[in-house]
Amino acid sequence: MTTIEEPPAPTPMGFGRMKRKEDVRFIRGKGHYVDDVVLPGMLHGAVLRSTYAHARIVRIDTSAAEAHPKVRAVITGATLETLGLAWMPSLSHDVVAVLATDKVRFQGQEVAFVVADDHYSARDALELIEVEYEPLPPVMDARRALEPDAPVIRDDVQGKTDNHIFDWDAGDEAATDAAFAAADVVVSQDMLYPRVHPAPMETCGAVADMDPVSGKLTIWCGTQAPHAHRTLYALVAGLPEHKIRVISPDIGGGFGNKVGIYPGYVCAIVGSIVTKRPVKWMEDRSENLMSTSFARDYHMHGEIAATNDGKITALRVKVLADHGAFNNTAQPTKFPAGFFHIFTGSYDLQAAHCEVTGVYTNKAPGGVAYACSFRVTEAAYLVERMVDCLADEMGMDPAELRLKNLLKPEQFPYTCPTGWEYDSGDYPRALRLALEMAGYDDLRKEQADKRTRGELMGIGISFFTETVGAGPRKHMDILGLGMADGAEVRVHPTGKAVVRLSCQSQGQGHETTFAQIVAQELGISPDDIDVVHGDTDNTPFGLGTYGSRSTPVSGAAVAVASRRVRDKAKIVASAMLEVAVDDLEWEKGRWFVKGDPAAGKTIQEIALASHGSLELPEGVEGHLDASCVYDPPNLTYPFGAYICVVDVDPGTGQVKVRRFIAVDDCGPRINPMIVEGQIHGGLADGVGMALMEVIAFDEDGNCLGGSFMDYLLPTALECPSWEVGQTVTPSPHHPLGVKGVGESATVGSPAAVVNAVLDAIGVRHADMPLTPAQVWRTMQGSPFRTDLAIE
Amino acid sequence: MQVTMTVNGDEVAREIEPRLLLVHFIREELGLTGTHWGCDTSNCGTCVVWMDDEPVKSCTVLAAMAHGHRIRTVEDLERAGGLDPVQQGFMDEHGLQCGFCTPGMMMTARWLLDRDPDPDEATIREAISGQICRCTGYENIVRAVRWAAEHPATSEVHA
Repeated sequence: MTTIEEPPAPTPMGFGRMKRKEDVRFIRGKGHYVDDVVLPGMLHGAVLRSTYAHARIVRIDTSAAEAHPKVRAVITGATLETLGLAWMPSLSHDVVAVLATDKVRFQGQEVAFVVADDHYSARDALELIEVEYEPLPPVMDARRALEPDAPVIRDDVQGKTDNHIFDWDAGDEAATDAAFAAADVVVSQDMLYPRVHPAPMETCGAVADMDPVSGKLTIWCGTQAPHAHRTLYALVAGLPEHKIRVISPDIGGGFGNKVGIYPGYVCAIVGSIVTKRPVKWMEDRSENLMSTSFARDYHMHGEIAATNDGKITALRVKVLADHGAFNNTAQPTKFPAGFFHIFTGSYDLQAAHCEVTGVYTNKAPGGVAYACSFRVTEAAYLVERMVDCLADEMGMDPAELRLKNLLKPEQFPYTCPTGWEYDSGDYPRALRLALEMAGYDDLRKEQADKRTRGELMGIGISFFTETVGAGPRKHMDILGLGMADGAEVRVHPTGKAVVRLSCQSQGQGHETTFAQIVAQELGISPDDIDVVHGDTDNTPFGLGTYGSRSTPVSGAAVAVASRRVRDKAKIVASAMLEVAVDDLEWEKGRWFVKGDPAAGKTIQEIALASHGSLELPEGVEGHLDASCVYDPPNLTYPFGAYICVVDVDPGTGQVKVRRFIAVDDCGPRINPMIVEGQIHGGLADGVGMALMEVIAFDEDGNCLGGSFMDYLLPTALECPSWEVGQTVTPSPHHPLGVKGVGESATVGSPAAVVNAVLDAIGVRHADMPLTPAQVWRTMQGSPFRTDLAIE
Repeated sequence: MQVTMTVNGDEVAREIEPRLLLVHFIREELGLTGTHWGCDTSNCGTCVVWMDDEPVKSCTVLAAMAHGHRIRTVEDLERAGGLDPVQQGFMDEHGLQCGFCTPGMMMTARWLLDRDPDPDEATIREAISGQICRCTGYENIVRAVRWAAEHPATSEVHA
């Protein structure tokens, strides 16, 4: 980075770069996060957690804690059993313990909840609770989980005699087998996408306030899905839904970590009901890393088939999916492995087949988090590693191999071998642009020169296709709730507007982007549009922000609602101008008479008239507003080409990411500044996962990534200055053509980094994270398993 | 125990538990919630404030240790009716997304610029390397600090 770009221009009337509206509070330290919520008489909760990964609970003695002078309540699984709340439904047709009753099933599992006058006293009281455990052998390796003599983790499920959760497959097995049988070249590779954690800077927490008089429960909670939470609380706790209000204030990062309902939230609610006072619960960093939604933990065996001239014909993969102690992955019901079956990626294949087996282990539940697009991250990594393995086998340049096999623009819309219908794309253009930006040929020359001097330099490529914006209601629901989202647009009498959203920003800049969508459609300045979100009493229903679905789904809802406002404004304008509706023409912000541009009415004039005494045509109501519930006809398919350049220290295995080139195509960019920011963040995620991050365990079940001392995240020193480029291929089915971008870089970048490191050291495969120790060991020919304690 | 300190120019005195962390003192006793609590282990830097003109991680400083000292938080960055150039730079260069790390980042940036008004990219990256941001990939934070370096006199609010 050598130059400072000019600041964004003044507010655009629609799409374009503009400074974020929400920043005026954040830069003053006036953001309002859940831990900033303070209510009169508020008490503080703390969770006692299991020290064991697998143990039977023999006895819990809370008497000493209850005797603490500042303790107001101690809640255990036994307390919750009397309320029918000891277990809650998971997001994947399983149950999750709120507080353990029979056994603990992972280290860090919730065992008891203390409510006290202050946070410190609540923590003190945890020390006073005696829990007698009978330790049981833990299952920490997914491959051990299905052995006949493996301890059964979920003996709470009647008749359960093993640790198997599901088998699922997609694609045509017979056709794939035939393609493999006919192939000239077949390469197979085992690879692990290790367990990682989204680790948002703000941990999870809630403030619950049950008003004992009105019976209304208000929950402030940093949730990515406030409406889904409200409905689930109603279903789980039997509270009437209109008596529940979920307020999701500013969120300090989510990345999927804040989708689900955690036991701490339920305990805070119960604590408020029991004490008749508001109760705040905020987890600390170790609790966040050890117990909340993790990501990945996919053991994959991939096979790729090709002809002698490098035409890829088929791909198949078998996956062992470690879901932890409860199957609590948040994803559309029909898809137990999420959207992993987009693992054919960006290539034109004859056939493909994947099989996924889910198993229980004594690890925290979750599984779909960290900007993964419902397992597209694992899929993209698998295919992009397999293509590099094939290039290595055939002695082909990985860029050339990809260009030979990428889908061609004329093939869209394209139905892939596992059934996804890709909406649009020009893949070769994106890859060629990335190669040009990188100066690929020169880099290869430099690499060859360096090799002669014993210096290790690597160039890694990945090309990804995502499937995001879930999704069509007929195919996609979470716990029976269809994945459509609502939006409401209302223009006030003076021509200012408010838009109400079902989704909730965790930093994506919704207050700006969604104002820009309304501005684009109605010609009202984004500065004059208020965006309301994150409050179930004041916003329409919808499933929230994750899976890169905000602009694909809610963005479409806002665009359609705005167009309905525009249509209504046209009728009002026709009454004002005393002309036929069909005689009017739209220019941004104004209806005018065709052929007489001077005769027109601005949206502001129309807004005032629609609230006034103007006589409106039969059947047209006053005021100027509209709503929409958007049911996406298909998913959207953002894509991109990434190139990473690394230098590896041959003596230590230390990797330095020298350059990272990212060409993204997410369709038209509503606010290019925000889009680039999203991409930058995802690229850093990829560097972190590829080189640093892992939640590993020892054989006793101890979590080895339970603090930021152990779970390493990239800092400014590990990240290069990102080089971003773009192509623009609109989605044909989205009203704005936009495809979503929130997770693209997190999905696409890890493979580029790994491919670069392995290219540098000349090894076909080693598992992430490629720490100096792992790289050095790999160079010695003995890479280790990164998910278990280092021997 | 009784502690007295100067926070953002005002003298404050409170009766506290000796174990109270400075971050909790600032947030809960004084209600200055711009300083955040992120990790407890001095790794993430969302809790960075100044103690006597030096950045400290207030999650690992006892409030008692701040007795008799001067504390400065993000709420004190604004200057007489205008933004600090660092604040303006973060907004103009999109140096923040969720905003949670931002106060700590800005306090470090202001400290850096007071000592080195024209830091290069490597210097900026090193200065913020004890702090974690999960949203921005750091690029625009670096640009924000450079913006502030290039606009040292900016005090006009054009938010």
